[in-house]
Amino acid sequence: MATLQLDRVTKSFGDTHVIQGVDLAVDDKEFVVFVGPSGCGKSTLLRMIAGLESATSGDILIDGQRMNDIGPADRGLAMVFQSYALYPHMTVEDNMGFSLRLAGVDKPARREKVREAARILQLEPLLDRKPKALSGGQRQRVAIGRAIVRNPSIFLFDEPLSNLDAALRVQMRIELARLHEELDATMIYVTHDQIEAMTMADKIVVLQGGEVEQVGSPMELYHHPRNRFVAGFIGSPKMNFLPVQVVEADADGVGVRLPGGNVTRVPVAGEELSPGTSLELGVRPEHLVLDEAQGPLSGEIQVLERLGGQTSLYVRMDDAMVTLMADGDIAHSVHDTVRFGFESHRAHLFDAEGLALPSLEKHPLAGLRRQDNRVASDANGA
Amino acid sequence: MTKTRAAGRTVGGLRTLSLQAPAVTLLLLWMIVPLAMTVWFSLQRYNLLMPEMTGFAGLENYRYLFTDPALWTAMGNTLLLVGSVLAITVVGGTLLAVLFQQEFPGRGVARVLAISPFFVMPTVSALVWKNMMMHPANGVLSWLAESFGLPAVDWFSSLPLTSIVIIVSWQWLPFALLILLTAIQSLDDDQVEAARMDGAGPVAIFFFITLPHLKRAISVVIMIEMIFLLTIFAEIFVTTSGGPGLATTNLAYLIYIQALLDFDVGMASAGGVVAIILANIVAIFLVRMVAKNLES
Amino acid sequence: MSTAKTKTLAATDGQASVAQPSRTTWLTSARTRRLGLTALGWTIACLIFFPIFWMVLTGFKTESAAIADPSLIFSPTLESYIAVQARADYFKFALNSVVVALGSTLAALALAIPSAYSMAFLPTRRTKGTLLWMLSTKMLPPVGVLVPIYLLFRDVGLLDTRTGLTIVYTLMNLPIVVWMLYTFFKDLPKDILEAGRMDGASTLQEVCFLLLPLTLPGIASTGLLSVILSWNEAFWSLNLTSSKAAPLTAYIASFSSPEGLFWAKLSAASTMAIAPILVFGWLTQKQMVRGLTFGAVK
Repeated sequence: MATLQLDRVTKSFGDTHVIQGVDLAVDDKEFVVFVGPSGCGKSTLLRMIAGLESATSGDILIDGQRMNDIGPADRGLAMVFQSYALYPHMTVEDNMGFSLRLAGVDKPARREKVREAARILQLEPLLDRKPKALSGGQRQRVAIGRAIVRNPSIFLFDEPLSNLDAALRVQMRIELARLHEELDATMIYVTHDQIEAMTMADKIVVLQGGEVEQVGSPMELYHHPRNRFVAGFIGSPKMNFLPVQVVEADADGVGVRLPGGNVTRVPVAGEELSPGTSLELGVRPEHLVLDEAQGPLSGEIQVLERLGGQTSLYVRMDDAMVTLMADGDIAHSVHDTVRFGFESHRAHLFDAEGLALPSLEKHPLAGLRRQDNRVASDANGA
Repeated sequence: MTKTRAAGRTVGGLRTLSLQAPAVTLLLLWMIVPLAMTVWFSLQRYNLLMPEMTGFAGLENYRYLFTDPALWTAMGNTLLLVGSVLAITVVGGTLLAVLFQQEFPGRGVARVLAISPFFVMPTVSALVWKNMMMHPANGVLSWLAESFGLPAVDWFSSLPLTSIVIIVSWQWLPFALLILLTAIQSLDDDQVEAARMDGAGPVAIFFFITLPHLKRAISVVIMIEMIFLLTIFAEIFVTTSGGPGLATTNLAYLIYIQALLDFDVGMASAGGVVAIILANIVAIFLVRMVAKNLES
Repeated sequence: MSTAKTKTLAATDGQASVAQPSRTTWLTSARTRRLGLTALGWTIACLIFFPIFWMVLTGFKTESAAIADPSLIFSPTLESYIAVQARADYFKFALNSVVVALGSTLAALALAIPSAYSMAFLPTRRTKGTLLWMLSTKMLPPVGVLVPIYLLFRDVGLLDTRTGLTIVYTLMNLPIVVWMLYTFFKDLPKDILEAGRMDGASTLQEVCFLLLPLTLPGIASTGLLSVILSWNEAFWSLNLTSSKAAPLTAYIASFSSPEGLFWAKLSAASTMAIAPILVFGWLTQKQMVRGLTFGAVK
């Protein structure tokens, strides 16, 4: 059992306010990912939870107990650092057993616990090596092993995969997901990589400028971003934004004039909008479809990247560049003019403050958690 | 809210304080107590040879000191000595660092030989130079001069300050070489190669790549050497005893003469205060320089 | 056989010069350059080292040979060493030097490690100021405070004692030791100490299990420099000791007063005074160079 609660937590260094009042509740056994651009305060927030930084104000509660004045070692947490922070002068076994040694655990018991963690991570053959003699992936595993040995109620990960190459990163991602299931622990994970966030999280916390932009499941963030920032940050390639004008608005949605003059209706709540209001329309590259006959948008292909199964088109419109993911087999070439469109429920509208107009229909997967995913696949397997 | 913040800061502050306390307290005592005593003595009539003459002297010692031309001579000598040695060791050290950076057979041994004078105690190096190198009759230098048919130079009587500068430079050149060599080794090869691709010759590379790279190290060399050069004593004590006349008397030596040879504690203390003030003027400049270094 | 070889060589040479004339000139110029470099490097190194070499050599000469025209050819003798040892017991002075140099170095390290730790890992707004202030105390000329220290030492009975000299050297080297340790500690990734803190290490455990083992090379080179500075210090040792606690610097100074020509003996004494620290310096120079940069090299 381990829950975490942050209550109006702030952090300032002098006049710089790095964290500006964060509220957050993390449930037991949840995998929560803090994601945001560099400098958004995600690492600072994690370090405050760890106890390595003190909170300027607000409360940090673990299992309902206030932890602000409790040292990092006594919060029942373990942390995996971005640089791994292995002790270079100790063997893998000593690295993993260091916390137990400090806690006064005798050698045989220590050995047993370390072996157990090493088994989970397939580190057994490496126990006598020093960190210098390990590959990046192995070091990563030792750092995780060191955390496991402490048997913490909450695992903290500070960008643990950013020093690994692409292939290894995918592998470790899968491994971490497996570990989460096997250890059944609460995990908090910091990354700037939205793919890591999407693939591993039960709950994503999007941070920017020290403030929480949105909290939700990956599918919720993808399908119902609360604002323009989250919409642009989640999803790859980035969402396209086009300037549009309100033509009509009623209970069934908002009709907007697209660049080029065509009008389309988006099913969002915006009854009070008066015609002529400027909005931004957001639509993801994978939701734009080529439609030579009726596509309401058009432009000239500037760059065309063939990936085999898919083709990315970078299309210049009158006053915007849009990205479009198309089929791998399309025959277009650079400088062709193309027409394209989108299904209206795929589009998002953002007002002048960048806030999304709420969708009238909830996406069926928006409430899905990663565990549900697993259950579903298990059921399929059976 | 504010309570947490205040508590956090105090706890950290206390920890820092308790860890630093021993070193800071001792240094503070080491500095303040003698300093206060020096200032106090400098205002007294206090001569060990004339125990009956005591009492408050006010600024008399200072007045006497400042009207004594020896003070100005000593100050000039101090600055001249520090300046010349710095110039010689920094320029020489940089050139030697470039030389010993090149690959050649036996480079390791040659390096060790070149840095050896740094390990020699100042008294010994002064004695060796005085008696075996620069001796007017039997020194190696005069023998060399004679073998080329030149008149032998009586170093310590005709070029006293130059002789001291040579000895001190010999001692500190290795130090500059050590630091600058280490600094040069950290120069990125890519940078040199890029410059060569851009058509830079060895001289251009030295001035536009190597020298800027060494800036930080050179400032450290200057600072550390300055600390030691301002207070040079043993070399003068052993070789010239400040002479002939006052030709090689620096501030440190002048105070020494007054304190331990004339037994005039009051006057020596006044000299000490002047030396401390002078050192602090230099220190302000140096500290600025180091502060910049610490930031980058 | 030999003719054949010469021929082949000549042929290759000819070929090379015909096929790639520029390459050959480049090679020869590189070779000349290397030769010049070697000559220059060795000449300068030997010139710098010459006074030491000459001193050592003179120590093995007779007095008459020592003042004769400089010559490398002579029959070596130990008579100067014997005479020097008869005049003053070298080992007594050497022991004082060793005790004072090691003692002051250990004391300075013990004082400096906590201080440098807090500066590097728990910096406050005053940290930089403290560090610079410490350094600035080094710039006070010792002569400025000699009189009070002398009188203080006389009154508390520290004059001419090893303890007294050790205290002075400890404080003399403390600023530099703190600074060097600070630069080493700062280079240690902060993450490692934080990981230790997460693992439950107290400050003391953090220092003993992580910081000290990880910065041992830096601490060693700091200690080496401190030993050398203490060993060679002359001002305080000449003024605060007379016989009982006098280290080798005082031993040498006792030979500097002129009593006729006695260069061979002086050289023998000097050689003995610097030999321990010179050998020590040679053995540890690689280690020390790393520490001597005072953070100037990144």
